[in-house]
Amino acid sequence: MHDFKGKVALVTGASRGIGRAIALALARGGASVALNYAGNDAAAAEALELVQKAGAPKAKLYKFDVADPAACGAAVEAVVADLGGLHVLVNNAGIAVDQLVMRLKDEDWNRQLQVNLTGTFNLIRAAARPMMKARGGAIVNLSSVVGEMGNAGQAAYAATKAGILGLTKSVARELASRNIRVNAVAPGYIDTDMTAGLPEAAKAKMKELIPLARLGSAEDVANAVAFLASEEASYVTGETLRVNGGMYM
Amino acid sequence: MSANIEQKVKNIIADQLGVGEDEIKITSSFIEDLGADSLDIVELVMAMEEEFEVEIPDEEAENIKTVQDAVNYITTHKK
Repeated sequence: MHDFKGKVALVTGASRGIGRAIALALARGGASVALNYAGNDAAAAEALELVQKAGAPKAKLYKFDVADPAACGAAVEAVVADLGGLHVLVNNAGIAVDQLVMRLKDEDWNRQLQVNLTGTFNLIRAAARPMMKARGGAIVNLSSVVGEMGNAGQAAYAATKAGILGLTKSVARELASRNIRVNAVAPGYIDTDMTAGLPEAAKAKMKELIPLARLGSAEDVANAVAFLASEEASYVTGETLRVNGGMYM
Repeated sequence: MSANIEQKVKNIIADQLGVGEDEIKITSSFIEDLGADSLDIVELVMAMEEEFEVEIPDEEAENIKTVQDAVNYITTHKK
């Protein structure tokens, strides 16, 4: 387990799935955790309780839309004031609206870009200032295997996840002189609410593409995020850590 | 008024760049004399915008190279 004592982490999309698992992993290491979520109050309250039980000295919910730049700026200021700084930012919030490109609506394309890609940018921009002042920090952005491979039916989602890789590498270069590391984690097929709706036949077909022959768990992803956020990764920046069972190498 | 602005600007520079105030002269260049890099300049501009409630557009910020430039800009544009 990595040591996050004295550190404050903001995790977006933290009420469920991978985001919740990340918040828990950081809390177990002793981080104070700010949990962002967009809408599901019941799930967020449950996540908050679990994070507190896991050992976070301080934990708090922040309900806002990552696609709203002003809300992101205000939230970062609130986290710094409430929890005493901002050392780790995990941009996990994301949505997927699957549709073949010919049938993909403008609003669905735009919304996925706004939440997944612009949301990540909004929080990086807001968090960069306190991290620069502190002369250090770690940012981890959630990409996806489909950002590198592409996937029929996920043109918009894959575009956002590929965009996150370019964003990650550029910001890693910009902020390296201030000891702020910026990395990405690219999960493969993970057993979460987002993938639960897929038909069994599709899941079985997917497993055939995965050398480790199983879907990943949210914890598998959280472990990789925790590593990149920790001091153990102090010489790692601009990197993409794939957590996909070997599906894409 | 202007002397007050000069002092505040020097305080901001000392804070952002971690240099002693006695090292900061009115003619000092941020990059050449005070060792600032491009990120430092961005931080300085943002700190001055907040302190003096002025907006410093990018094309103007490019021309602010010395302490005197900053004081002049703020004196002219402060509401």
